[in-house]
Amino acid sequence: MSDKKPERRDFLFTASYAVGVVGVAAVVWPLVDQMNPDASVKALASTEVDVSSVQPGNTITVLWRGKPVFIRRRTQDEISEARSVKMEDLKHPEKDEDRAKDPQWLVMLGVCTHLGCVPLNDKGDYDGWFCPCHGSHYDTSGRIRKGPAPLNMEVPKYEFVNANTIKIG
Amino acid sequence: MSDHEYVPSSKFGKWFNDRLPLLTLASHLTDYPTPKNLNYWWTFGGILTFCLITQIVTGLTLAMHYIAHADMAFESVEHIMRDVNYGWLIRYIHANGASMFFLAVYIHIFRSLFYGSYKSPREIIWIIGIIIYLLMMAAAFMGYVLPWGQMSFWGATVITNLFSAIPLVGEGIVTWLWGGYSVDNPTLTRFFTLHYLIPFLILGLVVLHIWALHVPGNNNPVGIDIKKPSKDTVPFHPYIVIKDGFALLMFMIVFAFFVFYSPNILGHADNYIEANPMVTPAHIVPEWYLLPFYAILRSVPDKLLGVVAMLSAILILAALPWLDTSKIRSAVFRPLYKQFYWILVADVLILGYIGAMPAEGLYLLIARVATAYYFLHFLVILPVLGFKEKTIPVPLSITEPILGGSPNLAMAKNKESLNK
Ligand code: HEM
Ligand code: FES
Repeated sequence: MSDKKPERRDFLFTASYAVGVVGVAAVVWPLVDQMNPDASVKALASTEVDVSSVQPGNTITVLWRGKPVFIRRRTQDEISEARSVKMEDLKHPEKDEDRAKDPQWLVMLGVCTHLGCVPLNDKGDYDGWFCPCHGSHYDTSGRIRKGPAPLNMEVPKYEFVNANTIKIG
Repeated sequence: MSDHEYVPSSKFGKWFNDRLPLLTLASHLTDYPTPKNLNYWWTFGGILTFCLITQIVTGLTLAMHYIAHADMAFESVEHIMRDVNYGWLIRYIHANGASMFFLAVYIHIFRSLFYGSYKSPREIIWIIGIIIYLLMMAAAFMGYVLPWGQMSFWGATVITNLFSAIPLVGEGIVTWLWGGYSVDNPTLTRFFTLHYLIPFLILGLVVLHIWALHVPGNNNPVGIDIKKPSKDTVPFHPYIVIKDGFALLMFMIVFAFFVFYSPNILGHADNYIEANPMVTPAHIVPEWYLLPFYAILRSVPDKLLGVVAMLSAILILAALPWLDTSKIRSAVFRPLYKQFYWILVADVLILGYIGAMPAEGLYLLIARVATAYYFLHFLVILPVLGFKEKTIPVPLSITEPILGGSPNLAMAKNKESLNK
């Protein structure tokens, strides 16, 4: 910029550019935002699942918002294994008590926190899950123990509607 | 740039050309002076243009029958294979065409690395090339999602999840890319739109790539600047047209072999199973042309750093004109660089092989060493080599080593490689 004193014309230029930028942004935003989840996708918010037939040591997988959800009825051994782990040994420290309110039932998204594959049941070095994609090992509480995944498998919002039914979402 | 002003011979031609100088452009392209020593590694530019046109033509015809919907996409591809007249042929050409396209682009890129074609004054040509390569990867990735098989679905899941490694905004970006909470119908429809669009963007960039090429003219196996037009050049037509045409025919034989004799060998059998969001296939691998980068991703045990390493491996190529400090272009005159070049080729091949293997044990170790070496090559070896290497004197012109005496003995020994 030169030492020239700003004139009315400079002000007009700056003001026009500013209005122009706001105008372009106002047009671009709807074009960007249309790609976010739409109303019909958001509407599929919750699912109810009957778990009366699940035996201890078994897992069922249900689909919620397009993602698999693991519902595992854990055995006594698995519960004590999960609860005896020291917090220092965890990459993403979370108490099993906070992940499974009712110790028998572990409900979590069956989605590896690395890049989103579905881990396999009853596999891996920690008796929980193993993700075949890039080798992440999860324990009986679904917590990450080894491999590239950074976080424990996510526990979604859920509640027992009655003794036999879980509502996810 | 041709030096003479072109004047059309017919009256109508002159009238038209005065208003839109298309004939001047055509004459520039036919007369364009080309170094007379170009070898067959220089024919891949034409082959790549052929590949792009092939993908566009077969893609447009597939799009007349394909249905971009999660419930119908898989079936519509089977419909193309079984019911549509010659649908099997068109789809096999398109699917194998993507592989052929990458085969050609890798040869084209490694040609540039060997002969130093990325160096001044051709940096812009090179960078446009890298952008084209990135867009090709995007197009091929999204195309692979369209048949909505198991590999389509899980490939899409893993690749889009790479963005979740970005701190803070990562999850939001992934949801935005998906248009939902997982890869689903909204993802498929937008991928189809982009898959349709990107090849035309590539076409536009190819025009810029060739425009930028025609400013300084072609590099050549000797890598020296040449006077144009001169005794060192021949006009593009008919000399290069015929040579490119012959190479293209050879290439088409390979292409046809895949299409007619082993159309599925480069694909993955799991993609003939319809997408299932509940089950991940035991062994997911990307298409062969992405394997070296996949190996780099997996060699790093941290999620964010793995993604950063993979992207840097590609983007580092854009900085190559400034990382390579040597003024000599052609590896023919750089005895040390020539060796490191072949080590790099081997390194990339090893990464590609490891990318297809499970990420464990010895494979993981080799992947880590090969990844480290890849970066070492570009960040340390190339910059240092420019200062340390004793190069062989380059000839003054293309014709000199053949017609006149060579300035030194080592040159004479290299005569053969020049004559190619
Ligand atoms: C840069 C150029 C292109 C590349 C590298 C490319 C690559 C691919 C790939 C790898 C597939 C999956 C093939 C399979 O396994 O079935 C595919 C599918 C498809 N592509 Fe392309 N493509 C290109 C251009 C286009 C264009 C321009 C169109 C449309 C105008 C198009 C339309 C389609 C359609 C409809 C499919 C789904 C049918 C199928 O899976 O065979 N493609 N593409
Ligand atoms: S997606 Fe599970 S380890 Fe990579």
